[in-house]
Amino acid sequence: MGANVTTEDQAEPKRRWQDVDLRAVAPFVALALLLLLGAMVNSNFISLNNLANVATRSAFIALIAVGATFVISSGDLDLSVGSMVAFVASLMILFMNSNAIADPGMMIAAAMLLALVVGALCGLANGLITTVGKIEPFIATLGTMGIYRGLTTWLSQGGAITLQSAEQQDLYRPAYFGVILGVPVPIIVVLAVTSVAAFVLYRMRYGRHVVAVGSNPNVARYSGIKVDRVRTTAFVIQGVCVAIAVMLYVPRLGSTSATTGILWELQAITAVVIGGTALKGGASRVWGTICGAFILELVGNIMLLSNFISEYLIGAIQGAIIIIAMLVQRSLVRKS
Amino acid sequence: MESEPVGGGDIVLSARDQSVSGAQGDVVLSAQRVSKSFGGVQVLFSVDFDLRRGEIHALMGENGAGKSTLVKVLSGFEQPTSGEILLDGKPVKLPPNGAAEALGIVVIHQEFNLAEHLTVTESLFLAREVAHFGLLDRKYMRRETRRVLDMLGSHISENAVIGSLTVADKQMVEIAKAISRDARIVFMDEPTAVLSRGETEALFKQVRKLRDLGTSFVFVSHKLDEVTELSDRVTVLRDGQWVKTAPTALLDGESIAQLMVGRELSSLYPQKSEPNVDEARVLSVVGLNTAHVRDAHFDLRRGEILGFSGMIGSGRSELMEAIAGLYPRVSGEVRIGDQLMPPGDIQATKAAGLAYMTKDRKSKGLLLGSDMTSNLTLQSLDQHGRFGYLSPASERKALARARRRFDIRVRDASVVAGRMSGGNQQKLLLAKVMEITPKILIIDEPTRGIDVGTKQQIYHFIAALAREGCSIIVVSSEMPEIIGLCTRIVVMRAGRIVGVLEGDEINEQEIMRYSAGLKQKAVA
Repeated sequence: MGANVTTEDQAEPKRRWQDVDLRAVAPFVALALLLLLGAMVNSNFISLNNLANVATRSAFIALIAVGATFVISSGDLDLSVGSMVAFVASLMILFMNSNAIADPGMMIAAAMLLALVVGALCGLANGLITTVGKIEPFIATLGTMGIYRGLTTWLSQGGAITLQSAEQQDLYRPAYFGVILGVPVPIIVVLAVTSVAAFVLYRMRYGRHVVAVGSNPNVARYSGIKVDRVRTTAFVIQGVCVAIAVMLYVPRLGSTSATTGILWELQAITAVVIGGTALKGGASRVWGTICGAFILELVGNIMLLSNFISEYLIGAIQGAIIIIAMLVQRSLVRKS
Repeated sequence: MESEPVGGGDIVLSARDQSVSGAQGDVVLSAQRVSKSFGGVQVLFSVDFDLRRGEIHALMGENGAGKSTLVKVLSGFEQPTSGEILLDGKPVKLPPNGAAEALGIVVIHQEFNLAEHLTVTESLFLAREVAHFGLLDRKYMRRETRRVLDMLGSHISENAVIGSLTVADKQMVEIAKAISRDARIVFMDEPTAVLSRGETEALFKQVRKLRDLGTSFVFVSHKLDEVTELSDRVTVLRDGQWVKTAPTALLDGESIAQLMVGRELSSLYPQKSEPNVDEARVLSVVGLNTAHVRDAHFDLRRGEILGFSGMIGSGRSELMEAIAGLYPRVSGEVRIGDQLMPPGDIQATKAAGLAYMTKDRKSKGLLLGSDMTSNLTLQSLDQHGRFGYLSPASERKALARARRRFDIRVRDASVVAGRMSGGNQQKLLLAKVMEITPKILIIDEPTRGIDVGTKQQIYHFIAALAREGCSIIVVSSEMPEIIGLCTRIVVMRAGRIVGVLEGDEINEQEIMRYSAGLKQKAVA
């Protein structure tokens, strides 16, 4: 390996058509097909107004799914996110109702900060149980899913927790219903959070560590990566993403109950899988995740606007989508 | 082996099979002008190959020469892009995913295909359990397993759980499995890589016995001495092309090696240079104990190449991993320079300039699904940006540099590591470890499963590194390699250091005496 090295094949080859990773493109192709289908079903569907509405409604799942992309890429799974939304949102509303701070603006800021801290702590708990406790993430987060849900039920005493101050409500409303330069605030938040996530995943050391740990924890360990810390951090990021979703949820409904966020974990994981992130870890596609969340909401919207299928079947359709997405993903792996 | 499978040897060979001229046996399986491409990359170019009844046919070539692909094509795991496969002289399309076993074609893979929780008997009869009215006939299956194991001269219990077996025993189980399935064509991909000399001989004895009964073997190996010892004929591939097929008796190791690399193999091993006696000690290990290793003491000097020899399972890797902070220590001290290393802290040893290169490149060394860049810089991401940011330009430069320095040859720079040949993978792993510019480099099995040409490159690289003042520990089960490279050799046996050889003491017999337990000396 010295000076007598030939370098004839060192030139960078041109990017060929075969090099395009089908798994990365697939969700966007699916999205295009859905838009086409929707346009044929109902002419109102393709209007910018309707699509912006759909995108806004997909914001909660999209934000949670961004966090899930980190957790799944590092080879773990978080089933507790739906319960976590309910728990964090309940605490946030209870805090706002406590009137601990007189100024409503300051109060909202403090409540948002509280949501972030509680979300991060919930994620930290999940991470420590899986890594320090060495419990399968499936079981660990199944446990915390029950705990966060149970705590919510207890806080609400089986009823609802509702934001009381009208002043606070009016002040906080634009966080979900507001529009900046013609774009609804939730869409801006989703794009901002996803951009940051994409930067972290693709351009930062931590992102590289996440993918390494997800594809082979042994290789990561032998490379001197602190595997448990990387995994725990991913759970904390998930918690923070849940908290950001809650910050948009509270101004929208201003109320939580024991059934808040039920089955959101299914939707979040579905969005990640549709987006092309491998469920066994190792490949993260955060823009695909956003596309997946949008697709889920779009399917519901098309069902609502068409008269072919009852909208009560939305849950069943979403369940079917995750299975189909997995089948498609696997067949694309074989070909590539 | 109960009976000859139907259609075994009495098939009339088709006239188009040109390779039977002068043959002693009928051709059972042949490839005719077989080509294979993956995506846009062609790996086999119109290769001819034929396997006769009752012969051991060695398939040789450097890494990336196309041996594994040819084996896959001949066993149905891949379909040829063009060309034909003939079974008993008739064109066939072999069924995929190992279904060719039903035709008597069995592949013993380099990586084991055994479920860890099953017993030996259950593994042998997996998916073809013997049952009466749905009730398993366990007694019969156990008896049959015992019979096959006895035939192989193996002492493994038929009731043992796979997970509790040594690697060599697992290899035996794989072979027993093939035999118990009435295989008439057996592909063995590097079967002796994990076997000791004694086990290898037992295996060869059985292979010869089965050959005499009419079973055909294709034997893929990098060990020239084994090939010349065992095989009847040799086929050499180079860069995906057929080079030569000849009776083994007409070739010797040297000529096979030359056919493989297509050039004269000058000195395989570089010139040795002894370090000065007064060079500084860069690493000292005192009284180190782990679960298996007992009371290890040794020093490493600046610019030295120190060898670690011993049988598989003698505790060499465990000792090295304990030093590197990858394996828990029970007691003992490790010093780098005069800095005491905390146990189990790979970050500390890395910061002190020690790098460990695992022997297990596929499961501990490389991310097989990631590209070369991610693999190369994984251990040294700090160098490519600040505040956790990674600069793509800086990483690209590192890759270009590494590919030049280590002569990593790939057709496409974006290829994932799992698609690269063994030799290139090993070079990439070495490049990855060297990215942290270590002062002490521990290389565990530097040339496992790679071709002669790449071996030579790696040996010369190690020697050059030592001349620049880097201290190197080479752990190897290949004696010529350790003798050819090292100026001092530590021999381990059953977790203990049993001997240190220097100068004229270094030879195969002496190392063997220590590692087999015939000789032992107190080591300071």
